[in-house]
Amino acid sequence: MDAIILQILNGLDKGSAYALIALGLTLIFGTLGVVNFAHGALFMIGAFCAVTFSRFLSVSHEVAVEGEVDFLGNQMMRDVPYIYDWFGEATGAAIIDWAVPLSIIFAIPVMIGIGFAMERGLVKHFYKRPHADQILVTFGLAIVLQEVIKYFYGANPIPTPAPSAFTGSFDFGALLGFDPGSIIYPYWRLVYFGFAALIIGAVFAFLQFTTFGMVVRAGMADRETVGLLGINIDKRFTIMFGIAAAVAGLAGVMYTPINSPNYHMGMDFLVLSFVVVVVGGMGSLPGAVAAGFLLGILESFASMPRVLDALPGINQIIIYLVAIIILLTRPRGLMGRKGVMEE
Amino acid sequence: MSKSNITRRGLIKTGAVAGAAGLTLPTYLRADGHSGFTNAPTGDTVTLGFNVPQSGPYADEGADELRAYELAVEHLNGGGDGGLLNTFSSKALEGNGILGKKVEYVTGDTQTKSDAARASARSMIEKDGAIMITGGSSSGVAVAVQALCQEAGVIFMAGLTHSNDTTGKDKKANGFRHFFNSYMTGAALAPVLANNYGTDRKAYHLTADYNWGYTTEEAVRTSTEAMGWETVGTVLTPLTQTDFSSYIAPVLQSDADVLVLNHYGGNMVNSLTNAVQFGLRERVANGKNFEIVVPLYSRLMAKGAGANVKGIFGSTNWHWSLQDDGSKEFVKSFGTKYGFPPSQAAHTCYVQALLYADAVQRAGSFNPCAVGEALKDFQFDGMGNGPTLYRGEDHQCFKDVLVVKGKENPTSEFDLLEIVEITPVSQVTYDAGIFGGELGACNPGA
Repeated sequence: MDAIILQILNGLDKGSAYALIALGLTLIFGTLGVVNFAHGALFMIGAFCAVTFSRFLSVSHEVAVEGEVDFLGNQMMRDVPYIYDWFGEATGAAIIDWAVPLSIIFAIPVMIGIGFAMERGLVKHFYKRPHADQILVTFGLAIVLQEVIKYFYGANPIPTPAPSAFTGSFDFGALLGFDPGSIIYPYWRLVYFGFAALIIGAVFAFLQFTTFGMVVRAGMADRETVGLLGINIDKRFTIMFGIAAAVAGLAGVMYTPINSPNYHMGMDFLVLSFVVVVVGGMGSLPGAVAAGFLLGILESFASMPRVLDALPGINQIIIYLVAIIILLTRPRGLMGRKGVMEE
Repeated sequence: MSKSNITRRGLIKTGAVAGAAGLTLPTYLRADGHSGFTNAPTGDTVTLGFNVPQSGPYADEGADELRAYELAVEHLNGGGDGGLLNTFSSKALEGNGILGKKVEYVTGDTQTKSDAARASARSMIEKDGAIMITGGSSSGVAVAVQALCQEAGVIFMAGLTHSNDTTGKDKKANGFRHFFNSYMTGAALAPVLANNYGTDRKAYHLTADYNWGYTTEEAVRTSTEAMGWETVGTVLTPLTQTDFSSYIAPVLQSDADVLVLNHYGGNMVNSLTNAVQFGLRERVANGKNFEIVVPLYSRLMAKGAGANVKGIFGSTNWHWSLQDDGSKEFVKSFGTKYGFPPSQAAHTCYVQALLYADAVQRAGSFNPCAVGEALKDFQFDGMGNGPTLYRGEDHQCFKDVLVVKGKENPTSEFDLLEIVEITPVSQVTYDAGIFGGELGACNPGA
């Protein structure tokens, strides 16, 4: 039982990342009808916003370390962040320690800007082109973006730790009456799950309870009619592209303490997120979220040794197997609407 | 119209002499040993092919390999401070290229994919006239490129490849490896683990699901079980896995008190980070502190795991903090040129380039079969690993192995590992036949 609870918890944080990326993908597809293969790259760029902000906070000057030499026998120099000089060492260290959560402030405008630039500069030229063209151009863009990141940051993963207040793990085992230590779950993963729930809730509330959201939903249902009412739906859809980019970016920012970011991390999530969108139902926001968590949890269960003993290799195919079964039994996905991508 | 001086009688006589010479002496032992093999150099230059990952997940390691090769070429051509030519026990190289020919090079991008690596190696051999191929950061790539070089008739000097198979079941007569292997890791690491963690331990292995992972798990299992450890679980993890939490969680449910991560590169960074996140370092199991082991360390990769490597044991082929003359010379030479200390990948690649050049110089020929003969059972020193033997039976280098530990208080971003033991070569030497495979015959190519 404790093993099952632990794998559900594991599935929740994995599912959180899938759901956030798939939510952005579905927003773009639902509003603009574009299949955006560069969405994983937006997740990756979000993560590198955290890396960049962390490095920005750590910009340093060198001071000599008395009595010590470096690997070449020269005077040993130590980097001292300017922030220590400005705010004192304790406060400066605390600010750097909280670099990941603080980088959200930096990432939101950057990601919205990148989203606008991507939509206005490239994607809008492909609205009336076949989905295959959209996939090719956005996939190409994703490769360009990841190579740009690799050029500036290198290919190796870059450690970007969580604030020290969140480095431990919570003992659910003791709380739920199991053996202490049997259900351990890292604090930051709990934070990530809570953050994902907050973002998903905020996006749904924005679409459901604001006039802007109402117009966007109307545009998703019948773009032409909304346009005939004199509403500039294109402008609103551009804003939605920016919001979707910000959602993917924030998912990336908060993911950095879970796994050290590297230039390829977007591609690792992209294919899985597309499977999530298809399983959830093309264009369905609740479907994307539900499928994200479902597949995340199933993937975790498939990695259990007992499951692997019974079905060797199931961990490598479980998501695709579920996708095949769902598409065979429910061709429009779990919550897909009639008519979407069926023309 | 020109008049030919060739007569029928003259042609027959010349042919007979040439044929007799060809039957009595192998091509590479003849005085004109610069012909009769693939890409025999004809001008005053010779071209080497550096096949390293310039894109993909190991691009940073590949960049360091390339820096090392460029430094080696500089030293071979008499430039710079001479580097390890100053400490190398063989004094055949004179700093005037190889056999008086200036060394030039071409590069290829392996992308850490076997098919891409073969394609780039083939291109360097067929289009650029490379006479030797070297480099790489993966055993899959090494085995694939080694087989290609065997077919093409050029020497392959492997880069960073740690699987037993490279000089085991997949060994080739034209291939040579300086880097250590999984068996050596197990043999060196197990006694240190037993000394530090005791002989009554229960180990759980997470293993990357490919060739290198299998041989490393087998080596570490065999060595630790011989010390009294029990293996309570082994799980293969997909090479593409990024989040290992669902594989770490069952460790909590098992009765293991040691987790062995048979992972390299990004897999190692992520699995180790996840294991630390799940509190395994603070865990107590079976009345003992829970421990994590990373059999193969790379400083470049350890950097990605940050503070999570602290106190964790592993092994490495070479480390810049070694204090022998060769290591100090190489660190000085590399550090002065590039501003930071070299990685183990850079070291093995630099050494391989010099060893190839030295073998050609000693053989007096670029013929791969002559070079191979010169490398076989060659004993040398002064290259940073102490006295070393290039064993003739499997073309594997035998030298001391370093057991290292993540440093608790690093003084710089390069100061991540500390050497805890230099395991003597006698402890990591094995019978050449245990991994199977046949070297086959040397292929000089064209």
